[in-house]
Amino acid sequence: MNISPDAIIFWQYGFLKLNATILFTWVVMGVLVVGSMLITRRLSSGLERSRWQGLLEVVVTTIEQQIAEVGLREPRNYLPFLGTLFLFVALSALGTLFPGFEPPTASLSTTAALALCVLVAVPLFGIEGQGLRGYLRSYMEPTIVMLPFNLISEVSRTLALAVRLFGNMMSGAMIIGILLTITPFVFPIVMTVLGLLTGMVQAYIFFVLAAVYIAAATQISQPEPRP
Amino acid sequence: MLIDWFTVGAQLLNFLVLAWLLKRFLYRPILDALDAREQRIAAELADADAKRAEAKEERAEFQHKNEVFERQRATLLSEATEAAQAERQRLLDEARLAADALKAKRMQALSDDARGLDQALRRRTEQEVFAIARQTLADLADASLEQRMAELFTRRLRALDPPAKEGFANALKATSAPARVRSAFDLPAAQRAAIQTAINETFSADVPVEFETAPERICGIELSTEGQKMAWSIADYLASLAQGVEELVKAQAAGEVKAQPESTPDAPPT
Repeated sequence: MNISPDAIIFWQYGFLKLNATILFTWVVMGVLVVGSMLITRRLSSGLERSRWQGLLEVVVTTIEQQIAEVGLREPRNYLPFLGTLFLFVALSALGTLFPGFEPPTASLSTTAALALCVLVAVPLFGIEGQGLRGYLRSYMEPTIVMLPFNLISEVSRTLALAVRLFGNMMSGAMIIGILLTITPFVFPIVMTVLGLLTGMVQAYIFFVLAAVYIAAATQISQPEPRP
Repeated sequence: MLIDWFTVGAQLLNFLVLAWLLKRFLYRPILDALDAREQRIAAELADADAKRAEAKEERAEFQHKNEVFERQRATLLSEATEAAQAERQRLLDEARLAADALKAKRMQALSDDARGLDQALRRRTEQEVFAIARQTLADLADASLEQRMAELFTRRLRALDPPAKEGFANALKATSAPARVRSAFDLPAAQRAAIQTAINETFSADVPVEFETAPERICGIELSTEGQKMAWSIADYLASLAQGVEELVKAQAAGEVKAQPESTPDAPPT
């Protein structure tokens, strides 16, 4: 039994290799992109619309609404990044319903890559929001003494993001796998349902945390309104 | 080793590509469609508001027009009523005038008829009187009416009072025209000669005389010259007769009028 789908290698040529993580990532990407293309090919701007368009509208507007609730002023600027994080993680969790599917998020490499994206995106959005000086000054708040702690916090929360998602997704898949070998009836189904729930919750947590980090980076220097 | 750095790099790339593809094929089209729908709904709402405002305005305008129309109608109606009343009054006046004219004309005609009848009656009465007198004289005295009348005329001529005689004489002297003797009937030659003789003797001159018959104007014999006249006629008798007849007719008419109420069958008993 493999702890990580990275270990399942289909093809390798020197440094280059095609493992289950990358393959199933492509599967998830394919489903998302082809599904979106098919549905958004004929969009209606009138009051009448197809069910699939309705579904996508609900998903997109809900994500937009959640971003706004976190406190980001222009949710549409962050929608491609944050929305894609959520959809990718959520669809990877949903994929565990299908036998043989290895969720790419159960690989620490994937979650590390996502966390690295967040690590890079937070300062980028922060600089975009309040300028380079303003962003850098935020590391020295409230005093310059806090600079190393702020830096440690920045790195550690990225690590926490990666490990949290990896641990949850990997454990869910592992539990189902182990249970299937011990009690191959009914109980794994319950655990699958539970795994779906935790997968969705993890997707939401990952998405909200990333949004919160970005919000913190873009708005840290703004004075809070006095009551 | 749980982290495979090649996989990390590949997943990083995969994620960025996925984010770009989803932005291209999912978020932007969906958000555009949502925006378009919102704009469309907003436009429809604005259009509905505009139409409502327009309808309100049109309603107000219509009401205003209606009021103006009602006022005009009332004005026209009152004008038409006044005109109709004036026309009615005019027609009534015209009709009254026409009726008055017709009445006057009829009264005139009646009056003319009465006058004509009166004259005809008078003439007929004269003729009858003359005929009766002529016949009575012939039967009783064996004399002609013309003879007796000429005698009477000559006698009166001779017995003319002096002022009248003088006036006649002066008038006869003043004019060269002959004296005119007019009678209701043709005088026989003997009577003409007698009258000529009487005139000559009365005025002691040879007076030229012209005899004329005018039965419609004279009821006897008349001598006239420039401004002077002397006659004997039955006109007074006829006037007396006419007065008597008129009184009789009036008495009869009064009697009929008096008798009329008594003969009314519906009269209530007294």
